[in-house]
Amino acid sequence: MISRIYISPKGIDTRGKLCIKSFTELGLSEKVGDVHIIESYLVEYKFSSDKFLKVAQALTNPILEKFSINSIPKLLNFNYIIEIGFKPGVTDNVGHTTEETICDLFHLKNKSDIAVFTSKVFLISGSINLNDAEKIASSLHNPLIERSYIVSWKDLKKQKGLPSKIPGVVLKKTTPVINVSLQVPDEELIKIGKEGIMDETGVRRGPLALDLSSMKVIKEYFEKLKRNPTDIEIESLAQTWSEHCKHTIFANPIDDTKDGLYKTYIKGATNLIRKQKGKKDFCVSVFSDNAGGIIFDKDYLITHKVETHNSPSALDPFGGAITGIVGVNRDTIGFGLGAKPVANAYGFCFGYPDDKRKLFKNKDKNGNLSQQMLSPKRIMEGVIKGINVGGNCSGIPTLNGFVKYDDRYRGKPLVFAGTVGLIPRKTGDRFLHEKKAKVGDYIVVVGGRVGLDGVHGATFSSVALDSNSPATAVQIGDPITQKKLSDAIVKEARDMNLYNSITDNGAGGISCSVAEMAKECGGAKVLLEKVPLKYLGLRPWEIWISESQERMTLAVPPSKWKIFKNLMESRGVEATVIGDFTNSGKCIVQYKGKKIMDVGMEFLHNGLPKQHLISAPYKITTPEPLLNKEGENFFTRDLENLLAQKNISGFSFISEQYDHEVQASSVLKPLSGSGLINTDSQVFRPVLSSNKGVVLSSALYPSYGNINTYDMAACAIDTVVRNTVASGGSLSHLAILDNFCWCSSYDQRRLAQLVDAVKACYDLAVGYGTPFISGKDSMFNDFRGYDEKGNPVSISIPPTLLISSIGVMKNLNKTVSPEFKNSGDIIYLLGETKDELGGGEYFKLFKYVGNSVPQVDINKNLKTYRALEQAIEQELLASSLSITSGGLGIALAKATVGGMLGCNISVRSMPGAPKSADVKLFSESQGRILVSVAPKNRVPFEKIMKKISYAKIGRVMKSGKVVVLDGKNKIINTDVKKLYSIYHKFSNSQK
Amino acid sequence: MGNNKYIRQAQYLRPKIIIMSGYGLNCEEETKFAFESAGGMADIVHINDLIAKPKMLFKYQILVFPGGFSYGDDTGSGKAYANKFKNHLAEELREFLSGRTLAIGICNGFQIMTNLSILPGALTYNKNGKYIDRWVDLATSLQGSGESRKVFKSPWLKGIKKISLPIAHGEGHYVIDKKEYRKMKTNKDIAFVYTKGEICKFQNLEKNPNGSDYDIAGVLAYNGRVLGLMPHPERAMFSHQSPLWYKNKKIPKDGKGLQIFKNAINYFRK
Repeated sequence: MISRIYISPKGIDTRGKLCIKSFTELGLSEKVGDVHIIESYLVEYKFSSDKFLKVAQALTNPILEKFSINSIPKLLNFNYIIEIGFKPGVTDNVGHTTEETICDLFHLKNKSDIAVFTSKVFLISGSINLNDAEKIASSLHNPLIERSYIVSWKDLKKQKGLPSKIPGVVLKKTTPVINVSLQVPDEELIKIGKEGIMDETGVRRGPLALDLSSMKVIKEYFEKLKRNPTDIEIESLAQTWSEHCKHTIFANPIDDTKDGLYKTYIKGATNLIRKQKGKKDFCVSVFSDNAGGIIFDKDYLITHKVETHNSPSALDPFGGAITGIVGVNRDTIGFGLGAKPVANAYGFCFGYPDDKRKLFKNKDKNGNLSQQMLSPKRIMEGVIKGINVGGNCSGIPTLNGFVKYDDRYRGKPLVFAGTVGLIPRKTGDRFLHEKKAKVGDYIVVVGGRVGLDGVHGATFSSVALDSNSPATAVQIGDPITQKKLSDAIVKEARDMNLYNSITDNGAGGISCSVAEMAKECGGAKVLLEKVPLKYLGLRPWEIWISESQERMTLAVPPSKWKIFKNLMESRGVEATVIGDFTNSGKCIVQYKGKKIMDVGMEFLHNGLPKQHLISAPYKITTPEPLLNKEGENFFTRDLENLLAQKNISGFSFISEQYDHEVQASSVLKPLSGSGLINTDSQVFRPVLSSNKGVVLSSALYPSYGNINTYDMAACAIDTVVRNTVASGGSLSHLAILDNFCWCSSYDQRRLAQLVDAVKACYDLAVGYGTPFISGKDSMFNDFRGYDEKGNPVSISIPPTLLISSIGVMKNLNKTVSPEFKNSGDIIYLLGETKDELGGGEYFKLFKYVGNSVPQVDINKNLKTYRALEQAIEQELLASSLSITSGGLGIALAKATVGGMLGCNISVRSMPGAPKSADVKLFSESQGRILVSVAPKNRVPFEKIMKKISYAKIGRVMKSGKVVVLDGKNKIINTDVKKLYSIYHKFSNSQK
Repeated sequence: MGNNKYIRQAQYLRPKIIIMSGYGLNCEEETKFAFESAGGMADIVHINDLIAKPKMLFKYQILVFPGGFSYGDDTGSGKAYANKFKNHLAEELREFLSGRTLAIGICNGFQIMTNLSILPGALTYNKNGKYIDRWVDLATSLQGSGESRKVFKSPWLKGIKKISLPIAHGEGHYVIDKKEYRKMKTNKDIAFVYTKGEICKFQNLEKNPNGSDYDIAGVLAYNGRVLGLMPHPERAMFSHQSPLWYKNKKIPKDGKGLQIFKNAINYFRK
């Protein structure tokens, strides 16, 4: 039987009203009368239909809602109906919950007796026509994952309601496994590597991202075995060898760096720092696991990992972002024997949301454009919502975050997602950061089921985004399935000692997770037909590499399997044995009794041919502009314009919709002070019974890379160090993470930029003694397609390096917030100001890049940071704000807005001897902090600062007037209320 | 199980608290910490474990539905978890509440309790349609009506006239019809209303961020023994959690939210 339940709101339809508001942007506000949103549940069931009423009742809260079965409630005189539902096979979380509710209601044992498909039905009244309805529908859904159905009131009456066709997945019957001959010309090998294996139907399966040299190595390997490879063998190698998994650009030798960039500079820095620290080394598990782990205290480790999820977010911003955040949560759950996620971080790089230029991925022979890319605004809204649902639903506070806007992110946005984890160091005699699958352990998969979602995700993200990008690469996360799994593992099974190893199923699905864990014991044998599926008809290679979400792979000893399975079952988590770990030296996969994959572990993991990369020198010369500001005395307008820039102003509209108080751990929140300014670092309390805090921060300066990527990287590291110390963190217990997002990485000049950035990473990490503990790269962030007129367009992101940091502070009660506190407090500027406007926000305001990019003086800055640390330790500061984009001027604006207080400042003499007023106000010189000190603490504070460059520059004023004097000239004259409204203007428009 | 033992046994030095978990509830650990800081002994119990052994409920004096995102708010916040609870534990719940017991639902727990019909009203989408995390000011009775001078009827609210706590929810708009509201007012079943206090003044915020009817943030039933509220008192158990902390760090280390948990414990110590 198939029936439909409609649930409609009684009283005011809040969501409908908000919908009308969003239609204004489509220019339809005049035509749309009213909108009502009805939830529809299309149910296929095998129980008697008289029971169906009970289902409808269970889905209805009688105070808020009413239901009707099989007939659309006539809430208003609508003239069009739009139904938005998921495409077949796309994760329908609400549908799953409803299935569970129904099974529980009737105590059904067999879940397959019931299937629920949800959709939203929009009833629209007014004078809209079909064309308008289509416009509305396209604003309401993403055709990649959702379907829309439009029908007028008249037609609906004729056809007696909405169609009750089940959107199930029906897959054509195909040969399960095909042998692929590699005895073909090189051109065909290249084609297989680039576009995929040819199916029986003559269609290519999608990118393998294997180049000719890799294809040739595979060919030779199977020649030696005297057989053709199967499709699953090639697909599996493509996953394991993908840029996404193997990070070839960082691993391969480059120029005269034989061991590659990663080993030489990133890991090299960490190894050196650990040696130098000796007994004070706090690193415990770095680079070897899903996240990096450092000491928190004698009982706990704290871990951090930041991922990117760029390509999927370009196609389906919501799905891409939610999958990104719940995916990196799983990296935490997969750290050691399982860490508990205790904080999330995010970072977004978008095109400007008001950019209306259209981009298309494809153009056919007749010049027709297709596959329009989503606009920066829709990408922004979808991504923000994805992190919202992923983080909030999982009960993990989202603390650290940023948004950057640049034209060059409009082809491909960057979406960073990070998670901090907490794990006890030991249970009994067992160190929890260590894990090892043992020979004979069952290979167990827990969590969600496998579908076609995410097939070719890993290989897809290793290439540029163009018309060949596969649609199945998109997935939607299900945070609740994962939350059940996470709780069952890190809150129960781990401490019951029920498994020997665990890892996340991310890129490459079980093909990668099983192969990875098999390294721990020397082999694995998988019976692929045991893997639980979402629907029938998947081919073995698809099951093997699918990236369906919310799954982890564990090594469970047979003696503990029963207890483990019972525990998982009682927590609503599916657990299945799919094979066992061996020491055969091989990764063997069987399907229904037949061996379909038999590849040596050595070849699988180390067979990828090394490529020697060569970089070529590049030179960027952007001249220093002449702004003719000399002699100018009035910079108030410049300051206000700068504060209004989206890269500088507040983003409380994001911070407020992310739960940052859950787990009751907040100390320094994402928003601070009376004026709710966004903080540069956040402090939280991961162990409620301990006074120790954890400090998070992040920084990136893609615009500095326009001049020099060495300085871009150096400034990012300097900034996270400064942000951390400014809020009360310690230099001696601070670790950092790198996320390189590059573009056209086979371009030798791009490689040279990469080498420069990596060298800076080494120099700064070693200089500050802050080891890298984890990192990730995404090397091909390029868009190739067409503009509105059909002209080819290629947009590469600017080379982008995100540095994230995690530090431990001894006493969280000493945390300092950035905003001014009390009138009369003395304001100091620590550090030197130089003529360094290049690549900064002030030049950007006048559409210049410039040349004078900020340089980091490690030794001077170290002294400043140590002095600052000492002053905070002695609790001498009232406020402390790290000076970043927009320089001192913006720092003053933020500190005043945060405290809703004014200030009286004189910049006549500043350390570093800057000459012109614009440099004094807006130079982005690193190593500087704006602090305020209560008059009673002046003497001890100045005593500490004697050793460094600093200046007393003014006082906090009650009046709210923000005044800056340069000698006799009043170069800034404004007030805090005005600055407050400028700072929040864009953010408020998004609420 | 009519007159079970614990009803007669009135006094407990360390009352036992059962905090429900599972299916996406997520504030159970910090809620346990708050109750234990206040002097209780709390167990986190997965709903499936309680379904397997329903009588376990009677070992406890305080039942807690903590905050979280049970079933991801699918089909409406709190609905699916409440359905499951009703299907298996309706009888036990009825009996538990008939004794000298306390119960509290915080945020998603409040939504679950209204769906279980043990608290009046319902919760729906915030007026701006968005999830919102911020602090609010609450008063324990309508301000200015003179009622604040009367004795607080609920053990949960003893000594609390006003309090500031954080909220974090997408469906916190409390809905109640006029008739019900009048009844509740007469019965003094309105626990908390949003008001303009020190936080709103400090951060220039509106008092009722989700559009709740009659500014209601929390309600009572069972003669004040059952409390449901959208704000999170466990997120205000340390003073450093308050946005005002940085203005004056010298205040006591305990946050004001802890009082609610202490009140519950003290109720059983009498």
